[in-house]
Amino acid sequence: MNIETFVQAFAEQFDEVPAVSFTPKTLFKENDEWSSMTALSVIAMVDENYGVRLTGDDVRKSSTVEDIYNIVLSKTNA
Amino acid sequence: MKAFIKAISYYLPQQELSNHGLSALFPDWNVEKIANKIGIDTRHIAANDEFASDMAIAAGRRLFSEHAVSPSEIDFILYCTQSPDYFLPSTSCIIQDKLNIPVKTGALDFNLGCSGYVYGLALAKGLICAGIAKNILLLTAETYSKFIHPKDKGNRTIFGDAAAATLVSTSGFAGIGEFELGTDGRGAENLIVRQGAIRYPEKTANTLSDEYGNEQSAGNLHMNGPEIFSFTSREIPALIADTLLKNELAKPDIDQFILHQANEYMLEHLRKKMGISPAHFYIYMAKVGNTVSSTIPIALYEAMKEKKATAGSRWLLAGFGVGYSWGGTVINFK
Repeated sequence: MNIETFVQAFAEQFDEVPAVSFTPKTLFKENDEWSSMTALSVIAMVDENYGVRLTGDDVRKSSTVEDIYNIVLSKTNA
Repeated sequence: MKAFIKAISYYLPQQELSNHGLSALFPDWNVEKIANKIGIDTRHIAANDEFASDMAIAAGRRLFSEHAVSPSEIDFILYCTQSPDYFLPSTSCIIQDKLNIPVKTGALDFNLGCSGYVYGLALAKGLICAGIAKNILLLTAETYSKFIHPKDKGNRTIFGDAAAATLVSTSGFAGIGEFELGTDGRGAENLIVRQGAIRYPEKTANTLSDEYGNEQSAGNLHMNGPEIFSFTSREIPALIADTLLKNELAKPDIDQFILHQANEYMLEHLRKKMGISPAHFYIYMAKVGNTVSSTIPIALYEAMKEKKATAGSRWLLAGFGVGYSWGGTVINFK
């Protein structure tokens, strides 16, 4: 896995924000569209694309897209 | 002795809360977009003076009239609710009286949510197979609307109130197969009404926003949706596989999968993950929302109308949620 494709897939969970505006450093919780529904979509995307179980707690303690990426990475290698 | 489902009826309270109605209550919120994703157009909400037991009684009466069953035939009441009338007595006793069911009847409440229907079938089957009862009235009824904070838009969008009545008997249209049940209390915090019972009797009035901006106080329903979703996507495919194994069946042997109707987005994710085609995966939520312990009997009732199960059809039922608690079984149509 690489961070570019991850950021792309992460951005696709947002309907109203252009995907190009997302970078690894994006503070996604500051986005108006961030809600429990987008959190759920991110968990579903990670499950589908990477076969990894991201928990609600993983999401809670993350701030940037890269934080989520690193959790997924560590769980993929576990 | 074998146990069968003999009849199902359900009841919805009159008052409706449509997506349009929610938009009017929360003008700054894109209700349509969310509601579209979770597959809900409207939900029914109990009136202020209408309680879960009233709805369970209405569902019971409907079962008696719709299927020509007499209250005198019932010899056991199993009542699944998390909204009892009182701490004591057991609400099932009040229901026995109001439904004119004979006094020579066993009755008990059990407290479960989304897994409750499958557990109810398991308990009923146990009572029948042990020769303890012959005609069990299994009632499920829930009014989560009374737990939800008025400003909690997320939960108000998902949950609807309803009750269902199922007659489990020594004969019927579908035999009840083997069960797979599970519990993981580590998830207790993720779907909870913390205050108002014995541990924390006082309800604090202060309202707090959860991490996703849904307002609630500790006396209201709290649901950590993303965490429950995460639990579900790990645990439910295993539950389905183990339920099949217990029944010595494989996925292609099942004509319909009827899972707890939590929300359509979650169900679709599970369906794809398990490789089940939409034709074999029944969804019925648009008109009712997530009605907790009544989603499976309501979907079962509607699926039987729509799909016309033939002799030999096998349908898999699976419930999961608050607890965490989960259960699965297979019903075999005659």
